[in-house]
Amino acid sequence: MKLRRRQRERLSLGIQYLVFIAVIAAVLFAADWDRLADAFFRVDIIKSMFPTIITVALRNTILYTLGAFAFGLVFGTILALMRLSRVAPYRWVATAYIELFRGLPALLVLFLVGYGIPIAFPERQIPGGVFGSIAIGLGLTAAAYMAETIRAGIQAVPKGQMEAARTLGMSHFTAMRTIVIPQAFRIVIPPLTNELILLTKDSSLAYVLGVTAQTIEITKFGRDMLNDRVNATPLLVAGLAYLVITLPLSQVVRRLELRYAKAR
Amino acid sequence: MTTTPSRPAVEIRDLHKSFGPLEVLRGIDFEVAQGEVVCVIGPSGSGKSTLLRCVDLLEEPTAGRIWVNGVEMTDPDVEVDAVRRGIGMVFQSFNLFPHLTVLNNLTIAQRRVLRRGRAEAERIARANLERVGLTDKADAFPAQLSGGQQQRAAIARSLSMEPKLMLFDEPTSALDPELVGDVLTVMRKLAEEGMTMMVVTHEMAFARDVADRVVFMDGGVVVEQGPPQEVLGAPKHERTRAFLSRVLDPTRVAQLGQPDQAPEPPAASGLPADDRRAV
Repeated sequence: MKLRRRQRERLSLGIQYLVFIAVIAAVLFAADWDRLADAFFRVDIIKSMFPTIITVALRNTILYTLGAFAFGLVFGTILALMRLSRVAPYRWVATAYIELFRGLPALLVLFLVGYGIPIAFPERQIPGGVFGSIAIGLGLTAAAYMAETIRAGIQAVPKGQMEAARTLGMSHFTAMRTIVIPQAFRIVIPPLTNELILLTKDSSLAYVLGVTAQTIEITKFGRDMLNDRVNATPLLVAGLAYLVITLPLSQVVRRLELRYAKAR
Repeated sequence: MTTTPSRPAVEIRDLHKSFGPLEVLRGIDFEVAQGEVVCVIGPSGSGKSTLLRCVDLLEEPTAGRIWVNGVEMTDPDVEVDAVRRGIGMVFQSFNLFPHLTVLNNLTIAQRRVLRRGRAEAERIARANLERVGLTDKADAFPAQLSGGQQQRAAIARSLSMEPKLMLFDEPTSALDPELVGDVLTVMRKLAEEGMTMMVVTHEMAFARDVADRVVFMDGGVVVEQGPPQEVLGAPKHERTRAFLSRVLDPTRVAQLGQPDQAPEPPAASGLPADDRRAV
């Protein structure tokens, strides 16, 4: 018997729903819920993690992220402008830096900043302690990525904008600062947010620098609790703590994009 | 920077400009007197926009010299930013700053370049918005304006710098036909106020009514120039005649092949008054 088109579509859709329900049912049935709850959702452990996970761990994660982002943004903007410079050596240096630091693991760079520099210059200290080391260690890598993003953003601003600014008597520098770069940043807000979210997660690498109870961040805090209580619940809570940062961030950016859409 | 009244607003001597192997301007000699309105016409690719952009040094001439208000633009030591303050430029694509409100578009260069205070800059900006009929759009963003409004805002932005010379690079070519009139009205008013203007345009009716002189360019040279009634009404050169007949009466082009339909030089006075965009 030949089915009509609409019947075939309905049948295909029905089968897909059936498969979905079957898989869910299998998982629900097969999972050992008591043991899962015991390993991942011990309410007493969750309670014991508060308020420290918020007041110390989450706070530090945010601070490290913002520090690295600020460092990367400033340094990345400088690198982007160097890549677009008329002075060839500036372009070479910026290109070499970007290629180098995009190719190195963030962890290695963090080791270099945290241990390599103190060995080379034992008499000097990186300002800001652990915070400074992380901001610079992660920021150096982030700057390489951000530089490429910002350069693309600057080049995406129509040439007529620079021309109009120059014909009004603005210097190249003033035109760049007041006309081109503000527009470039509106263009690169989505990719820069991506970078901010990546940095939020990379801030978990801070543990390699040997954090203390005051400088601990979310992942290290969760792992310490895991060792302490021999239970996986802290990892679940730590994961949720990251989402508390990243999900609102996505929302804020969506708002910003809508607001700027009006001004573009 | 002092302006010598005896010097023309724009003086161009033997100007050449090449883009790679392509020579766009092949020896232009050209002047615009103080207070004069000059319309530059010609087919696309004739070099008229390049000529205009050379005056503001948006294009670096390959050879030749240019003076603006007595200052040599082609002098390697010229303070370009200072000379540009006296020159207003209006682009085909408006080039308003999209991230700023209309008011801030008009004040930003006043404040950053002329170092005017906010209150003074805004007063001058609002006065110029009134000149172009956009008083109520001060707080709008460019994207919220029609093309004609954007171009008028761009003209007001240039005027806020109080230039002595205004350059227009096909200011109405990107506009819907029904929006062209508003922009041309603003430009006509400006001409009547005595502004020195150099206008690259396809608006033959505007050139006929407003220009003191019309310059026809083709192939990177000035083919012919003179009062509008001469150049548009009784062109001497065959190339000018061919161009004008194409622009003024596009439907006749199809019949050009027939000898008995060879285009007459159209009488300028015979132009319909509302035929502003005869392309």
